[in-house]
Amino acid sequence: MPHDHHDHDHLSPSGHPYRADNDGPLTYWQTMEVAIRELMVEKGELTAAQIQAQVDAMDARSPANGAAVVARAWTDPDFKARLLANGSDAAREMGFDIGPMHLVAVENTADVHNLIVCTLCSCYPRNLLGLPPDWYKTREYRSRAVREPRAVLREFGVDLPADKTLRVHDSTADMRYIVLPARPSGTDGLDEAALAALVTRDSMIGTGLPKAP
Amino acid sequence: MMEHPERRWHDMGGDAAGPVPQDGHDFAIWEKRVDALVILGQGRGHFTVDGLRRALEDMGQDAFETMTYYERWVAALNQNLLEAGVYSVTELGAKMEEVKARGDTYGAAQS
Repeated sequence: MPHDHHDHDHLSPSGHPYRADNDGPLTYWQTMEVAIRELMVEKGELTAAQIQAQVDAMDARSPANGAAVVARAWTDPDFKARLLANGSDAAREMGFDIGPMHLVAVENTADVHNLIVCTLCSCYPRNLLGLPPDWYKTREYRSRAVREPRAVLREFGVDLPADKTLRVHDSTADMRYIVLPARPSGTDGLDEAALAALVTRDSMIGTGLPKAP
Repeated sequence: MMEHPERRWHDMGGDAAGPVPQDGHDFAIWEKRVDALVILGQGRGHFTVDGLRRALEDMGQDAFETMTYYERWVAALNQNLLEAGVYSVTELGAKMEEVKARGDTYGAAQS
């Protein structure tokens, strides 16, 4: 019986247990979030539905969106040229609503590897890939990605040959980079969907490489 | 602590630091709501991304070390909305008391 729970104080009004991450003691900042949200609704600034829709829209963004863009660029040279010329327009062309974000795609080649960071804060191509991973926002990554990027890459399991050029791109609030990883060898027969499955989040940040087929 | 006193604390590119922590977490619903309110608050014209960052950077290094990412964001959001006159400190205080009175967990206090 799904609702056979001994302590009903721990059940939500719907009779289900609260999510684990809602079960800790209410914090000051959580209280502030609820208060701001309710004040915004009471003041007629926003509706609850608008707020939920924004949460849903961000939840719907994921590295799969970026992977689809990368796979298209691997298979369509004209699209790749448009992506490198204007990343925002190329993403929109594929139907991704990235808002006003200025997206700059940087291409990995046989000779060049690219890495993105935001040393000042947490700027990330969030409107295409979704919210950034926690490590992207840490002091350690932000500090060291521009100081000893090859050592940082080794922590992520990427050991770049010494003769490969490494370019580190520092994002700003207004300009968000995305790495166009190099197409893995042995993928000649793969279609766009199969190629997209090889593209990882980290390969579009530069801390990883695409999966092998 | 600061290697370069001529730079502000958030300008940390090039500082020495330890290994990159690889552990992550799934965003909790309250964090996603803060994110949404920040985006929508900008959409309403109450502040810009620069306004958000100004509030974040003015918090100083102590906030960066002791508060989580979205704790800093909700504090910066609040400061910008107060400055924009969307609500008053008194209104916020009263609402927070009302929210707290609903229960001891986020699940109980959320609307």
